[in-house]
Amino acid sequence: MRALLKRDLTLALRAGGGFGLGLAFFLIVTVMVPFAIGPQPELLARIAPGVLWIGALLACLLSLDRLLALDWEDGSLDLLATAPLPLETAMATKALAHWLTTGLPLTVAAPLLGVLLHLPAPGHLWLTLSLALGTPALSMIGTFGAALTVGLKRGGLLLSLLVLPLYVPTLIFGAELARRGAEGLATQTPMLMLAGLTLGTCALLPFASAAALRISLR
Amino acid sequence: MSLWQYANPRKFLATSERVLPALWAGAVLCLLVGLTWGFAFTPDDYRQGSTVKIIYLHVPSALMAINAWLMMLVASLVWLVRRHHVSALAARAAAPVGATMTVIALATGAIWGQPMWGTWWAWDPRLTSFLILFLFYLGYIALWSSIDQPDTAADLTSVLCLVGSVFAILSRYAVNFWNQGLHQGASLSLDKEENVADVFYHPLLICIAGFVLLFLALVLYRTGTEIRARRIRALLLRQGAEV
Repeated sequence: MRALLKRDLTLALRAGGGFGLGLAFFLIVTVMVPFAIGPQPELLARIAPGVLWIGALLACLLSLDRLLALDWEDGSLDLLATAPLPLETAMATKALAHWLTTGLPLTVAAPLLGVLLHLPAPGHLWLTLSLALGTPALSMIGTFGAALTVGLKRGGLLLSLLVLPLYVPTLIFGAELARRGAEGLATQTPMLMLAGLTLGTCALLPFASAAALRISLR
Repeated sequence: MSLWQYANPRKFLATSERVLPALWAGAVLCLLVGLTWGFAFTPDDYRQGSTVKIIYLHVPSALMAINAWLMMLVASLVWLVRRHHVSALAARAAAPVGATMTVIALATGAIWGQPMWGTWWAWDPRLTSFLILFLFYLGYIALWSSIDQPDTAADLTSVLCLVGSVFAILSRYAVNFWNQGLHQGASLSLDKEENVADVFYHPLLICIAGFVLLFLALVLYRTGTEIRARRIRALLLRQGAEV
């Protein structure tokens, strides 16, 4: 499991494209928004939590089709499936590696981009917290989507269609937590819901991903 | 005699062919009677005027949109547990019907909402969760149609249906939390007090029965088509043709 994690991380870091690309995409989306909306600080401050959440979500989505497809092509997925490591654990590890290479950097970078969008000062902490709590769920759900579509020719577009509806609850609670935090409202309910969602997906979805992958590999 | 004998495609086809004419007739009759009664012979509502009559399309289609997904969920479970092909094909056959019902519910709701709420669309919890349900239908149908191997497709869509159901319910409650509603409460319920007035209630019940029968007829008919398509495929494969 540790070896798999290390391998995935090394691949993401050295193969290029995977690690920096998500971050760069996040940056570019955030930069594009003021061009589309207009530069008024109070307007930007109001929409900042939502925009940053959408950006993080899309950046996660963008890196999903590489998550299993590369291993599928070179056959290492077949090796994983026959390895003594349970496929469920392998899927959880894959999701963890995906989170470490996309979710975590996004979480760290979000406050910087928040400055660009005039996010009020208390909002930064809540934004970071909401992303830290929510992005693991995004990675877990994304791994499930990738496992469903791994054997398909036009998997990329289909993957977005399948995964985005599954992202709805996470997005709602995550963006709501960041918004309430920025506006100084009570944050407990969305925070608990978001944490529950993340824990629930971490506990259950690896089984669904492994089941889907077994079918795809058959 | 048990329910499982209909897992045999031949038996299923024979029975569904006997039942289908009755279902079609029942559906047409119920819809004709229900809609004519509803549209022509019920009074206008004192506040909503004649727009209230869209209830005869809106409520049954919304009801069937949700129940179609439930039926797909059950059929997917049956497929995953007992590996009956008819069950997987029935789930596949029901998806477009359910998606159409969702669109009818959303469209009739918008047509009613324009004069009543003054807007075609509001980000109300019920409306939003229906839109999300529609997206789930789209993803499910797209996944079915993009996999060539029928058994793989059946397996993967069943897994998607199970996981999707959980997330659809989660979304329903998340959306509730996210925004306050404009939509009125339930028009129908098993305890009498919440129901709409009897004048509207009786034709509505007939319309709902009509939609249920229509749904059953469509699903049985489409499942039969799927079974025959599968047979043709098997025959072609046996002859060594490329499929």
